[in-house]
Amino acid sequence: MKGYGILIDVAKCSGCYNCMLACKDEHCGETFPGYSEAQPMTGQFWINVNEKERGSYSKIKVSFTPITCMHCRNAPCIKAAENNAVYRRDDGIVIIDPEKAAGQKQIVSACPYRVIFWNEEKNTPQKCTGCAHLLDQGYQRPRCVEMCPTGALSFVDADELKSSNASSIHPEYGLGERVLYLNIPKKFIAGTVVYGETDQCAKEVTVTLKGGGTTVSAVTDGFGDFWFNDVESMTDYELEIEQDGFKKIKRQVRTYGDINVGELFLEKIA
Amino acid sequence: MSEKVLTQCTVGGPVKVHVENGRITRMRPIVFDNNDAPSWTINARGKEFTPPRKTTLNSYAVPERTRVYSENRIKYPYKRAGFDPNGQRNPQNRGKDEYIRISWEEAIDIVASEIKRIREEYGKAAITGMTSSHHNWGFLHYKMGPFGRFFNLLGYTMLCDNPDSWEGWQWGSVHSWGFHWRLGHNEPFGQLEDGLKNTEQIIYWSVDPNSTSFMYGGQDAAIWKYWLKELGVRSVFIDPYCNAGAGIWADKWIAPRPGTDAALAEAIAYVWIKKGTYDKWFIENRTEGFDEFEAQIMGEKDGKARTPEWAAEECDLPVATIYALARQWAAKKTMLAVGTIHGATGAARAAYGTEWARLCVLLMAMQGMGKPGVNCWGGAASGPPLNFDFNFPGYSANGWDTFGLVAEKSYFPDGNPVQQKAYRLLLPETILNPPVSWTGEGFCGENIQQQFNKFTCPEPGPEGAPIKMIYRHGGSYISTMCDTNKWVEMYQSPNLEFVVMQDCHWQSETNFGDILLPASTNFEHSDISEWNSAGGYGHYEMSQNHRIIIYQHKCIEPLWESRPDYEIYTMLAEKLGIKDEYTEGNSYEDWDRKVFEYSDLPKYLTFEEFKEKGYFVVPPKSKEGPYAFRWFYEGRACDTPDRLNPNLGTDKAHLLGTPSGKVEFVSRSLKEFAPNDEERPPLPGYIPSWEGHRSELAGRYPLQLVSPHPKHSYHTHNDNKSFWIERIPQHRICKDGYYWWPIRVNPSDAAKRDIKHMDIVKVYNDRAGVLAIAYITERIRPGTVHSYEGSAKYDPLEPGKSGSIDRGGCMNLLTPGRMLSKNAPGMASNSCLVDICKWEK
Repeated sequence: MKGYGILIDVAKCSGCYNCMLACKDEHCGETFPGYSEAQPMTGQFWINVNEKERGSYSKIKVSFTPITCMHCRNAPCIKAAENNAVYRRDDGIVIIDPEKAAGQKQIVSACPYRVIFWNEEKNTPQKCTGCAHLLDQGYQRPRCVEMCPTGALSFVDADELKSSNASSIHPEYGLGERVLYLNIPKKFIAGTVVYGETDQCAKEVTVTLKGGGTTVSAVTDGFGDFWFNDVESMTDYELEIEQDGFKKIKRQVRTYGDINVGELFLEKIA
Repeated sequence: MSEKVLTQCTVGGPVKVHVENGRITRMRPIVFDNNDAPSWTINARGKEFTPPRKTTLNSYAVPERTRVYSENRIKYPYKRAGFDPNGQRNPQNRGKDEYIRISWEEAIDIVASEIKRIREEYGKAAITGMTSSHHNWGFLHYKMGPFGRFFNLLGYTMLCDNPDSWEGWQWGSVHSWGFHWRLGHNEPFGQLEDGLKNTEQIIYWSVDPNSTSFMYGGQDAAIWKYWLKELGVRSVFIDPYCNAGAGIWADKWIAPRPGTDAALAEAIAYVWIKKGTYDKWFIENRTEGFDEFEAQIMGEKDGKARTPEWAAEECDLPVATIYALARQWAAKKTMLAVGTIHGATGAARAAYGTEWARLCVLLMAMQGMGKPGVNCWGGAASGPPLNFDFNFPGYSANGWDTFGLVAEKSYFPDGNPVQQKAYRLLLPETILNPPVSWTGEGFCGENIQQQFNKFTCPEPGPEGAPIKMIYRHGGSYISTMCDTNKWVEMYQSPNLEFVVMQDCHWQSETNFGDILLPASTNFEHSDISEWNSAGGYGHYEMSQNHRIIIYQHKCIEPLWESRPDYEIYTMLAEKLGIKDEYTEGNSYEDWDRKVFEYSDLPKYLTFEEFKEKGYFVVPPKSKEGPYAFRWFYEGRACDTPDRLNPNLGTDKAHLLGTPSGKVEFVSRSLKEFAPNDEERPPLPGYIPSWEGHRSELAGRYPLQLVSPHPKHSYHTHNDNKSFWIERIPQHRICKDGYYWWPIRVNPSDAAKRDIKHMDIVKVYNDRAGVLAIAYITERIRPGTVHSYEGSAKYDPLEPGKSGSIDRGGCMNLLTPGRMLSKNAPGMASNSCLVDICKWEK
């Protein structure tokens, strides 16, 4: 059996938090013997949403990235656990046995994604179970996926996951995650081009961006705005606007974060 | 296994409810099976779009089970400690007193005998009652059912609601395009099909399509936005805050200064007139009064041309942006995402909000609204292709006596023997300082004339009476009305002899009651309803992808000592000798069955089958369209199912509901009824706010507060009850063990005041002080702060003291009590000047 996976399309996440709330509805205060202790009413997020505000007034994007247990094929928590307290089911779901794991705090710190939580009262680590207790009863999908209104989360088999072009958010960990992402936002560089003389937005002007070993171009829209949405972080770039009859514009930027260069004025060549 | 899976409906969507041993264990969306009716498909620009085969829920509805079991439920009947109906009443201690648990028998005895006493002493009109909206879902048992039937049968001073979410649309745009029968909103038909097939650009003006535009329709309309994106449709957002929709869907965010939207609208018209980029045929054939409008815009009337340069100054926007917006709008087939109710807007809840709403209509007329791809489409969340031939009544189908729709006798509209009316926004003044007069009847859905009717409370003459008793069904107003310290003062007035609070949860007003009656939620009794169906003035205003009729099972027994509203009013009716008239001998099941039989459901299944399955998906319609305004554009009789349109079936069926039947640049109704009103003149235009950047007050309070409806709570109904929404960082934020209400502040404004991210701040003006947690963000324009209305926590540092600093986050303590304008009695909560400072105890 190749098992399950979750595919998360970040471009379709609208930030509603239904996944987090559905998880809590399922697990808070509800124990599922053989699968999980009850999640405490507050303090743990077996799935959470990372909300990030990007750019500056008035070039802003907000992105939401759901984060949960990745059910890694090469799971550090399994390795860190003693007496097989963390195990992988045939379907790939990684489960913490709450009794065997009692007292094993190292399981929490083993996870680089920080999605394992310590239950003080029960003295045991806890995390997403993939709603295995429901899947075993014949449910078609975990609660978070079922509650997602936009299709940003989908429950897929390993083959679909493999063929989806999705990637891990941290491929450098090399963990063989079963939760993969589409459209993980990179950084953006945006601005507005304005004709200096007339103070009108300059539409359909080509803006070139060099850096990170590539050259790409964008054309300004009806508001004179240009957006480069897929630029690398911590990289030096050079913006260039060459328009017939106007002085060339050049700007150096480094993508410490998302960059709003503001208004760039095209001045006529005298 | 003892698990039962039942069906119910929340304000945020229909659910399957899992019940084990008498306890709700989970709630899930309804996922359709193969026996359910098929979904629709729209073919647009070579692509096929069909919705998911399930219901989606609003975020606040997901933790509904914690709302049912909330510790903030009113668990027992209570009497206020200082209240003795036969002795001292101590009204000054309302809001401070402790409560003493009493029996249902005693509670009902006191309430019934007080009703009798006050009626005998002062007359029937001395009692008023009022409901909150949407704290429960159900057709029969929503507020208009148990409450409405009881009070119309008994007789009471009706408290007229103001159209709180869309004021300027009713008080304004009715005078431009009619639609009084939709309280100012346009018809919501066909916009999704038209939008996907034909539209190139959507302008979301003062509307958040990723929050309030969903209304009660779950999040079904969210996926439409991804479809539109996939088709390359551009999204422009105009809002001082980069709202929840703008943050993820905007191609362009334009942030005008609050209260100046009408100036921006006039400048757009200026560019179009100057360049000739408007639909001259439409202006010629479908409108009247354009010449006068043109003269105003071009400055021929007052020497002040409404140029983008002029507007840029008012709106604090780059001139280039205004020109570009006007050009883009004229160049592309554009939907303006306001007009239908899902576009209920903040700019319309501001001083002179009538003017902006009317200008929106006029701008769309200039672009020939009704032709393919060009229309008003509130929140881009109205007008899915649903089958409206199927009959199932919406909750306001019979006005304020829902049961009357299927009962032997209805007590609305002709039941209530009391003519006197009061007005919700003026209730505090009506109690504290009577008499009070106003113009306009609240929801003016019968005719335009209602907007000009004059009222006084108490009504002069023998039938009028001062208000001595309030029966409050719900209790959210300190957080949802304006300048609400007045409500504290009102409740403590000796003029008010008796106050009943009936609700499921402790709300901001609850502890001002003399007797508290614990109501149960809709999970604790049965009902029958259609998802997201208002009926009446909002009929077919839907944002969901399937029409679903739900049998709302009684899932659990009423919790603690709560009882369903219907039973509470039945007990009172019995004491007052009107039980037989109230119930007509019907049980819940009898009423459910009558509604089932009234509807088209029996054509498809039996009542028993319906109960067993729990829901019914209405089959889709068979053909494309019809489209809003297309008939008007083409000069045909209206072919949309706009059932309350009085022109239908007459020789005026091709006309709008204005006196001329056209879009009126110069309003005939205003010319006739209020020709000299400079605050809502026959020809609309920008009027600087009475509390805005040009006010003298801005010297002392330089920040403009905008307070839209919250994203993660339906008004106050989920906050402080639905447990986990407080863990959503944009809803509340925990600091030092307290969950604070966020206020969003631009970094430049924060720096000037030495305020850091997550500092506790005092938001204040002469009306109030409210504590909140500072959320420093580039998403709010400089000079403006943003904090949602709808905090359910009224937590005054000095309980029961008007003017006390509140740390719960009730922003409406700060907002002005002044109306939109002198003859437009709507709330203007977004015209509010404040300052903020770091709060140190």
